[in-house]
Amino acid sequence: MSIQGPLGAAARARLQRALVAVVGADGVLADAADLRVYECDGYTIERSVPALVVLPRTTDEVARVVRLAAEAEVAFVPRGAGTGLSGGCLPGEAPLMICTSRMRRIRMLDVANRRVVAEAGVVNATVSRAVRDAGLYYVPDPSSQNACTIGGNVAENSGGPHTLKYGVTTNHVLGVELVLADGEVVELGGVIEDTPGYDLTGVVCGSEGTFGIVTAATLRLEPLPEAVTTLLAVFETVAAATATVSRIIAAGIVPAALEMMDRTIVEAIEAAYHAGFPTDAGAVLIIELDGPAAGLPALAARVEELCRVGGMRSVRTAADEAERAAIWKSRKRAFGAVGRLSPSYCTQDGVVPRTRLPEILMRIEEIGARYGLRIGNVFHAGDGNIHPVILFDERDRAETARVLSAGREILAACVALGGSITGEHGIGVEKIRELGLSFGPDDLALMRRLRGVFDPAGRANPGKIFPTAAGCTEQRAPRRQAAL
Amino acid sequence: MSERGPMDAPVEGAPLAGAGFAPEAAFLDCVHCGLCHSACPTYVELGTEADSPRGRIHLMHALQDGTLPLDAAAVQHLDLCLGCRGCETACPSGVHYGALIEAARPWIEERYRRPVTTRLRRGLALTILPYPRRLRLALAPLHFLERLGVLAVARTLLRQLPARWRYRASLLPDPLPAPAAVPLETPARGVERTCVQLLVGCVMPELFGDTVRSTLEVLARNGCRILAPADQVCCGALSLHAGDRATAVRLACANVDAFEPRAAGPAIPLVVNASGCGAMMKEYAALLADEPAHAERAARLAARVEDATELLVRLPLAAPRAAAPARRVAYHDPCHLAHAQGVRQPPRALLASLPGVTLVSMADEDLCCGSAGHYNVMHPDLAARLAARKVEAMRASAVDVIATANAGCALQLEAGLRAAGVALRVRHVLDLLADAYRG
Ligand SMILES: Cc1cc2nc3c(=O)[nH]c(=O)nc-3n(C[C@H](O)[C@H](O)[C@H](O)COP(=O)(O)OP(=O)(O)OC[C@H]3O[C@@H](n4cnc5c(N)ncnc54)[C@H](O)[C@@H]3O)c2cc1C
Ligand code: SF4
Ligand code: SF4
Repeated sequence: MSIQGPLGAAARARLQRALVAVVGADGVLADAADLRVYECDGYTIERSVPALVVLPRTTDEVARVVRLAAEAEVAFVPRGAGTGLSGGCLPGEAPLMICTSRMRRIRMLDVANRRVVAEAGVVNATVSRAVRDAGLYYVPDPSSQNACTIGGNVAENSGGPHTLKYGVTTNHVLGVELVLADGEVVELGGVIEDTPGYDLTGVVCGSEGTFGIVTAATLRLEPLPEAVTTLLAVFETVAAATATVSRIIAAGIVPAALEMMDRTIVEAIEAAYHAGFPTDAGAVLIIELDGPAAGLPALAARVEELCRVGGMRSVRTAADEAERAAIWKSRKRAFGAVGRLSPSYCTQDGVVPRTRLPEILMRIEEIGARYGLRIGNVFHAGDGNIHPVILFDERDRAETARVLSAGREILAACVALGGSITGEHGIGVEKIRELGLSFGPDDLALMRRLRGVFDPAGRANPGKIFPTAAGCTEQRAPRRQAAL
Repeated sequence: MSERGPMDAPVEGAPLAGAGFAPEAAFLDCVHCGLCHSACPTYVELGTEADSPRGRIHLMHALQDGTLPLDAAAVQHLDLCLGCRGCETACPSGVHYGALIEAARPWIEERYRRPVTTRLRRGLALTILPYPRRLRLALAPLHFLERLGVLAVARTLLRQLPARWRYRASLLPDPLPAPAAVPLETPARGVERTCVQLLVGCVMPELFGDTVRSTLEVLARNGCRILAPADQVCCGALSLHAGDRATAVRLACANVDAFEPRAAGPAIPLVVNASGCGAMMKEYAALLADEPAHAERAARLAARVEDATELLVRLPLAAPRAAAPARRVAYHDPCHLAHAQGVRQPPRALLASLPGVTLVSMADEDLCCGSAGHYNVMHPDLAARLAARKVEAMRASAVDVIATANAGCALQLEAGLRAAGVALRVRHVLDLLADAYRG
């Protein structure tokens, strides 16, 4: 395996020297061991090692690095924490990786106007921690929030359990500072709620690093809710739980969060955390309500009633913040816990209109049965954003092939039900082939043109979202590394 | 931080790289999610994937596979791991990182020769620290200088040093406490409630005599008769973490023999006041699994091991009565207590029960301070940066005293504070308890 990738040895050495002049020797990684660990993110099926990794500390350094790349006609790939699940920061055709992990300053906190300017490498959870004493928080809370970066969140337009009521990343980003692929630094949006003209900040959200490198973002903060009630509602069947989700929303109630976990997932969580979830139930809903303290008990009572009508077996209300935290910890670490049930697993990410949740779950069950696969479900029910988790053993080649086919069928089913092939994990390299399920050639051509406006030379994260001719990644078995 | 030199080279005639040190399944447990990043002090400080838990697991896997050469760069990243196991607490997938790195270290030792300066420094640390008599000899001149008042003068000159040396010089305790002599048996004060054994440890009595005296006093005041078996030795943790498993096994066997109860009867607690030693001894069963003469007894010994704070909370603590001035106290979690032993509440409960104390929370209170055994000797530059990070958190917490439950952490945190010129003391929970009893 060559570490130069598409870059020749002499060009690599030249670029390395030039980069060192900008960021210093400790900001450029070039040894085999240093580079090897950047060969994949949370999506481990495909891998490729970057030729060089550079760790700038400031926007100015990023701009100078990008300019050097442009002069050398070298493509680059941005990377935050590498928690992405679709291979978005896989080097592939881009030999130079620009990692924001050293850009961790919170530049400005404006409590009165409820906004904060965070550099791209600031970890999501850090923002909320930094503003909590001011009674504020940053709403989008991906399950990876203790690790993922603001830059990555903007690039993937990430969601989380609490984006049901308050919206995903794009709804909380007022502006971005972006280094374009030619090294120009641009400020999009601004510090006020509405800037005239096109919503350019909006198109940068979800651009997966193909418009350049986000170096900082102005984020909207929300006041911490006056009161929060968290219910854990237990149902006999997944169907009863999902029907209840629709019933709650139809009643005009918008919970802060509305999450579902089926028996397989609950079993995994219990094995890992012993949080007291019932392992004999078909499904549980985590329903969180927030708002003024005065109205909350009545609202909770109404939700409980709706659950009961829907066939709820029992309900538990978190007695205090510690219990609430325990419920969320279990939910947010559910994926990892699945590792305790089977040697390998593969998580899908699809969306359906929430009224179609019962149908898609029936389809998933049917697909699982047909392929002989066990599939668990944990998802943002309120958003209709499903995460089927397919359990398997990667050492079994035939089973592995069935997993990939089943995954594709599930996504096709989502589209057929009026949904989409990704809720929050992005296209990256994982779903390049599936993009065509949702969009026709005209749509794709228009998207490419938009991309061309930001990055005419195609040097920012090439090979992602849209298929390209070249590709130099190494395919592996799904999820965990190939076993003996 | 670079410790690479011209002497780096794979050992000639070393076993083939392909021979593994860990079962494949141990690597597969890691799903590459990265949720451990924020819990890893070296990643937080350096921002490099190869210095994160996920990156290190990736490296170890590639080394075992033979797809990555065992060179200076690879070894450096694994060496920089503090072994704090913060990553295990954060990992949702139950990866036993500690076991992986511990298996990798001797494997590397067999195959890779470090630069001569590293070998010298480590050799010195490992021939002195675990052996109390040698350590006492090594420290004797310092004690002499302290008595003459020379050290006090030296400390005032400390601030003139360039930053790089200020931290290293600050590692000298202020003042250097007199060594502690631990009697074979210490009677309970007042009514005897229980009998316990005490691990005296190797470094503790020589470098942290005050805390050892506090331990004896607090236990005795809580009705403990304390036995300190004569033949006990260093727990073996320093050797094990440095990749010298054979020495660790030898020391552990000696301790299993030394702490063997004389008479049949109910198992008595084996109390430890240093968290690295406690973590080590709680894992003796795994360490000695292949030692037929000791395996079974090691498991029994491990089951008796308790941190002093665990024991005191369980007794429960005889509350100190004396009134004390109001103080705000923040607690720093020693890694080998919180992450390795899962002991987080007992020290906090003890602190909260002290007269006048308000326990406040502090940012990153369970992030490693960089002490980690002899890490601050081996990697002083990174240790200094980790200490500086903690200093910021301690300063921001606006407290009167920082408490912790491990003397090594206290030394490291105080070094950071001294180097930064911040006047804040770090006290062991047992020292604070002893103060409270003394009134
Ligand atoms: C256990 C687990 C749970 C997760 N839960 C959720 C969830 O609940 N919701 C959710 O939405 N996602 C979730 N994810 C996916 C992932 O965490 C998010 O996509 C996250 O936003 C990625 O952030 P990152 O910093 O890790 O970015 P990376 O993985 O480093 O990069 C992701 C993409 O963003 C680009 N990028 C990164 N930084 C920049 C930048 N500064 N400028 C431009 N482009 C950039 C990269 O090129 C890449 O295409 C989860 C992942 C894991 C492992
Ligand atoms: S043990 Fe500590 S230093 Fe080592 S990888 Fe884990 S968190 Fe990082
Ligand atoms: S060690 Fe655990 S937390 Fe870290 S990447 Fe692996 S599975 Fe995730």
